[in-house]
Amino acid sequence: MIVQALNVGFRKVPVWALYIALPVPGIVTFYLGLTGGLGAEPITTLEQELGGFTLKLLILGLSITPVLRFTGLNLLRFRRAIGVVAFTYVTAHFLTWLILDLHNVNEILVDIKKRPYVTVGFLSFLLLVPLVLTSNNWSVRRLGTFWPKLHSLVYVAAILGGLHYIMLTKGFQLEPLIYMTVIISFIAARTPKWYRIWLRK
Amino acid sequence: MANRWKNNLLNSEITPEVVWLNRRQIISSALSLGFCGTIAGPVSAEVLTPNSWEDITSYNNYYEFGTGKGDPAANAHNLKTEGWSIVVDGMVDNPGRYSLVELLTGLTLEERIYRFRCVEAWSMVVPWNGYELKDILDIVGVKPGAKFVSFETALRPDEMPGVKYNVLDWPYREGLRLDEAMHPLTLMATEIYGKPIPNQNGAPIRLVVPWKYGFKSIKSIVRITLTDTEPQTSWNMSNSREYGFYSNVNPTVNHPRWSQASERRIGGGLFAKRKPTLMFNGYEDEVAHLYDGMDLAKFY
Repeated sequence: MIVQALNVGFRKVPVWALYIALPVPGIVTFYLGLTGGLGAEPITTLEQELGGFTLKLLILGLSITPVLRFTGLNLLRFRRAIGVVAFTYVTAHFLTWLILDLHNVNEILVDIKKRPYVTVGFLSFLLLVPLVLTSNNWSVRRLGTFWPKLHSLVYVAAILGGLHYIMLTKGFQLEPLIYMTVIISFIAARTPKWYRIWLRK
Repeated sequence: MANRWKNNLLNSEITPEVVWLNRRQIISSALSLGFCGTIAGPVSAEVLTPNSWEDITSYNNYYEFGTGKGDPAANAHNLKTEGWSIVVDGMVDNPGRYSLVELLTGLTLEERIYRFRCVEAWSMVVPWNGYELKDILDIVGVKPGAKFVSFETALRPDEMPGVKYNVLDWPYREGLRLDEAMHPLTLMATEIYGKPIPNQNGAPIRLVVPWKYGFKSIKSIVRITLTDTEPQTSWNMSNSREYGFYSNVNPTVNHPRWSQASERRIGGGLFAKRKPTLMFNGYEDEVAHLYDGMDLAKFY
């Protein structure tokens, strides 16, 4: 009953509203950075916040299929917007690192090559590029059955993103491990075989 | 006994907390600039302007209070520093538990403006006040044969919310070779800007070793042990590939996660540029001889 009501309610939410609402935290964070609201080291803070929003949106996008299967709540029509905004965040994260943080082409290349956590993060970013380029109706029609295969790259990108977070933290910290657990659980939960096994129990 | 190292402070009459100049360090950085061949003119020297009190006390790594940079400032007020004492043991003539009054009375309070370089590639300039570690070690009497000094931070689960998690193997431990410990630059700091060190910066007494990465400068010290074997140090125990015992600031030795070639001075806002990191954090003239003949890429 509740799910039905929610489905009816969500159907009234226009998709474009997400394109406006989801970038707001990033814009607010950038504004805080400009006006001294991000503390003593705004560049690192902005970089980390944008990376964090990216992971949260990737997780939100990954949750939609499992949520539909296990609860009946249908949020499928919002998934493209979530993915596209997630890519916007990771691009802003990447540009913050490139322009504000390193500001030196040589150091950027050395970092991508030599720092494994940067390599992993960069790879994750690259994997998302073809996905955002094909996130239009024309590409969906054009690519046909290849489209879902191509877009399963998001699983790899999300895992690499979670790994990037684990690799950049110092010492033994819980939060990045929780992110990774959630990412892997949502990916595992959408595998049809696993799903059937789960239903049988 | 103190005053073996002079940094010729010049207190500005106008805004003492903002414009503290340091002639010795101007000279030394002018020399190193000349060495790099990038000197623009005879007067282009770096003026060491200390970071603001706000920067220094709000952006901290003190994992006992949480792993976020703001966590120490938010949580460290619970640390009780009244009646602080330090256990001194190992190869010393007078082992025992010393109150800070017993340990520090009569020693010369030094004013030192030091560069502070974190292994995460950010840096600050901090106006410390404190005592040369050598003066303290002379009081307790170092036995011949002692080669290292190890330090321990307080471990108080009731006052330190961060130690609930095994981010590191608590208590926090650090160590120096005896000659490093006896070096006049090595300070046991009790004040910043002439005010008692805030808890998040390591109250009531902490080590400051300006030519090493910040994590060597252990906070809130409760134990000092003299030994003849290299002591275990927390970050080395956690990840020995990334954190060596020496951990001298060295732009030429690669760290797997952060390029150590450059750093960003805290407090420059959203468009602050990085600047090249100096060998031994700019204290090469003072400390390079300690490592004569050592391969610094091997003993990182």
